[in-house]
Amino acid sequence: MNNRKIVIIGNGISGITCARNIRKKDNEAEILVISGETEHFFSRTALMYIYMGHMKYEHTKPYEDWFWEKNRIKLLKAWIEFVDFPKKQLICQDGKAISYDILILATGSRPNKIGWPGQDLKGVQGLYSFQDLELMEENTKGIKKAVIVGGGLIGIEMAEMLRSRNVPVTFLVRERNFWDNVLPEEEAKMINKHILEHEIDLQLDTQLDEIIGDDEGRVTAVVTNKGKKINCEFVGLTVGVVPNIGFLIGSGLETSKGILIDHFFRTNMPNVYAIGDCAEFRELVAEDRKNIEQVWYTGRMHGEILAHNLTSQNQVPYMPGPWFNSAKFLDIEYQTYGQVPPKQDSYTDSFFWNDAKGKVSIRLNYNKDSNVFMGVNALGWRLRHDFFDRALTEKWTIDQVMGNLDKASFNPEFYKPYYQAVLKDYNSLKGNNIQFKKVSLFRKLIGSRA
Amino acid sequence: MRNIQKFGLALFIIGLLIFSYIPFIGDYQLNVQLVEKLVKEEHREVMTGILEPMYDKIYTSNFSFIRDFKELFNAYNQDLKDQQAWDKVIWDNYAFSVTKAAAINPVQEHPYKYFGVSIILGVIGGLMYIMPLYRNEPEGIKNNGIYFSSMKARGVLGIFTGTYLILFYVILYWLPEYMTNLVIMVDPLSEALSGNEASQWFLYGLVYTLAILVMGIRMFKKYKGNAYQTIRTGSVMFFQLAFAFLLPEILVLFNMPWHDFKNIWPLDYSFFYEYRIEGMVSSGALGMFMLIWGILLIVIGVPLLTYFYGKRWYCSWVCGCGGLAETLGDPYRQLSDKSLKAWKVERYLIHGVLVFAVVMTALTIVNYFMKFDLLGQATNQLHSIYGFAIGSAFAGVIGTGFYPFMGNRVWCRFGCPLAAYLGIVQRFKSRFRITTNGGQCISCGNCSTYCEMGIDVRWYAQRGQNIVRSSCVGCGVCSAVCPRGVLKLENAGEEGRINEMPIIIGNKSISVKS
Repeated sequence: MNNRKIVIIGNGISGITCARNIRKKDNEAEILVISGETEHFFSRTALMYIYMGHMKYEHTKPYEDWFWEKNRIKLLKAWIEFVDFPKKQLICQDGKAISYDILILATGSRPNKIGWPGQDLKGVQGLYSFQDLELMEENTKGIKKAVIVGGGLIGIEMAEMLRSRNVPVTFLVRERNFWDNVLPEEEAKMINKHILEHEIDLQLDTQLDEIIGDDEGRVTAVVTNKGKKINCEFVGLTVGVVPNIGFLIGSGLETSKGILIDHFFRTNMPNVYAIGDCAEFRELVAEDRKNIEQVWYTGRMHGEILAHNLTSQNQVPYMPGPWFNSAKFLDIEYQTYGQVPPKQDSYTDSFFWNDAKGKVSIRLNYNKDSNVFMGVNALGWRLRHDFFDRALTEKWTIDQVMGNLDKASFNPEFYKPYYQAVLKDYNSLKGNNIQFKKVSLFRKLIGSRA
Repeated sequence: MRNIQKFGLALFIIGLLIFSYIPFIGDYQLNVQLVEKLVKEEHREVMTGILEPMYDKIYTSNFSFIRDFKELFNAYNQDLKDQQAWDKVIWDNYAFSVTKAAAINPVQEHPYKYFGVSIILGVIGGLMYIMPLYRNEPEGIKNNGIYFSSMKARGVLGIFTGTYLILFYVILYWLPEYMTNLVIMVDPLSEALSGNEASQWFLYGLVYTLAILVMGIRMFKKYKGNAYQTIRTGSVMFFQLAFAFLLPEILVLFNMPWHDFKNIWPLDYSFFYEYRIEGMVSSGALGMFMLIWGILLIVIGVPLLTYFYGKRWYCSWVCGCGGLAETLGDPYRQLSDKSLKAWKVERYLIHGVLVFAVVMTALTIVNYFMKFDLLGQATNQLHSIYGFAIGSAFAGVIGTGFYPFMGNRVWCRFGCPLAAYLGIVQRFKSRFRITTNGGQCISCGNCSTYCEMGIDVRWYAQRGQNIVRSSCVGCGVCSAVCPRGVLKLENAGEEGRINEMPIIIGNKSISVKS
């Protein structure tokens, strides 16, 4: 195991987590992380905050620059042109060759483009990389109007970014409600309303037909499938991301949409692994999981497990715990634990509650027959991860979850105790009389979690 | 920006300009009666003699008046010093009171008018700018454009503001004779409250309180919808207005010593000084209460409340320095240094100041009980070194003047000995922590960026670790700006509070200990 050279392509959350965790267990290995995007690891999720002026690039770096040298993780800023698997060599864009003993591909994603006329005009772009952000900065300088296409997480982020600079935004969403291929209708409608409150012109059930440009190749307008022409100087294309594996095609590495891997992150090439956004599991890891997982948290877990496997005799497959995710739609935070599909299936029941202003909601799903709790969605209400991880793992009943909902809240102190209203509604719906455990005045005063 | 805000900003700037100009208006004339009235009996004969060349001369600026005064006064003292006649040297500083009394200007005739067009105009202008902020906008934290702002990101406006504040503090602490007109302006207000003429400290307290109140209203706007921020800001506004400003003045009205009941040693470093103790002991039952209350706060209040709630109960809910930092200083909170190096410097500095304050106070008390046999008047030297270096230069000039350069908690983070004491309790024996919400952190860095104490909150959050740091003042902004609901300030059992080897939830393959 000594002195092996581990090369990681990609310095995102997967690659960096893997590098750090290898170093923790293996003091000898040579570790090299290559990225053409930036010299240092930064948090991709924070790109929007740089544009909005909340932070500068340097604030998005989770580790200070000395960290890498101290931990003997070598960094190289370069784009890889080609991988010669039989020779175990990487060829950089400048022609330089780099050899490896173990190769970890963590190349992430790139914005999806689905072949619209005019999608390559100037002023038309997606948002994924640091370069995309720089391009967006340039493309949106002094513009009067922007159109965003695609009703997902990056779409709403882009709209928020542009609104922070007072650019009028039209937001084209193919679905009937915002992100309703993930969110159930009630939640999606709350977000619709919130988007409109931010003076974003939300056009639901609307698709992009064509992007029109001028003689200089700059975007001037879009045309929707309803025949409406919208003049604009910027178009954000945010219809998802796809694995960033272009440079690997034809190298002998087996790929489909992403790099094909087993549950141990092994590709078809010996000593070559893939993790994070760019990887595609040949077989599902669990019924409720996707083949390609493009989420921060899963990327991190991939990195953790592969690092373990590379530094241990005891090989473990990828076994994620209960699903969790979070997002923020303008001012409304979203958290989810377990399974909450957008459409109810026949064996699930759902209890939904929202506040009068339509800014806070919670949905708890449970099995109709067994009453076992299956998942929760919350908007505008922070929930405790460890509470729901336990409830899901231990298969609590919905009544059990409801009776402890006061302990599940993670909102800041002095926030309204929504759980009381929720339990009241739940009790009256079910004809139950579940009560929270009484908390003494002293315990309340010292702010005890009980 | 709305028109009313532009107008408000213009009024504020006019108010500030007039405030800055007032010290330079009017004439100065000294006569023997004034000197007799102002100086202590033992100095009367000498002082009336020294200042004779100035009598009945009309000075058209405070500069020339103060220059002459200092020349005459210093020449006299220098002679005595050269002769080593230390007991004859006049150690009292009469420059401020003499200059103030010699002033002849329209501010004396119309103090309220001048007060109106300077301070009140600034307040009104400030409110006109603040009140429409974020109106009709949904609830949520608004940090848009902070790093594009010249004022908030060390641009020209920020540098100008910092320089102005530093200048203001230098004059306030060491050259107050140059701001006598401003003090004259608030004389009637001081007389109405305490029955006494104003000092520069009254002026400072007034401006300080107004800054907290006006910028506190800004906090309500900016953190709209966040109950913790709103209540906490209301608390610092209340404690400043009632406990730090009004109550002490009212005490003076009733012939009691000026006393701020919420100020605690060693932040209140003069609490055990001879004159303070004697002031309290000689003021009857209320004076005794001041003494006992002050000691109870130190030995019981601080440990007990910090055990239950963390140091936030004081630093971001009660304290005056904290109050200014959390209101006037809020726009600069992101400028604190988050590097590991800064943390190292911080620990040496703040604990160094604590040791200094404790040693100085211990010597003072021992010396006092030994009837000055131990050190004689040497403790006075120690007091003046501390007062100059820590009380004035560090807490004031650097503490506030550096807001636009190093963030709003420079003093609280690097210098305040009480914060150090509270911090030791918070770190080792408290129920307070910032809980990290399992595996939800996305390392975005908002928490670290907006931590005014320069804590790299993200370092802990991304490894699923609770944040237990002695410096955390519990302002709650990390939690407020977190986009994924990862951070929660809370008090709970001590078990599991410090999780050195956290496990990030969500991965069933292995338990990753970060």
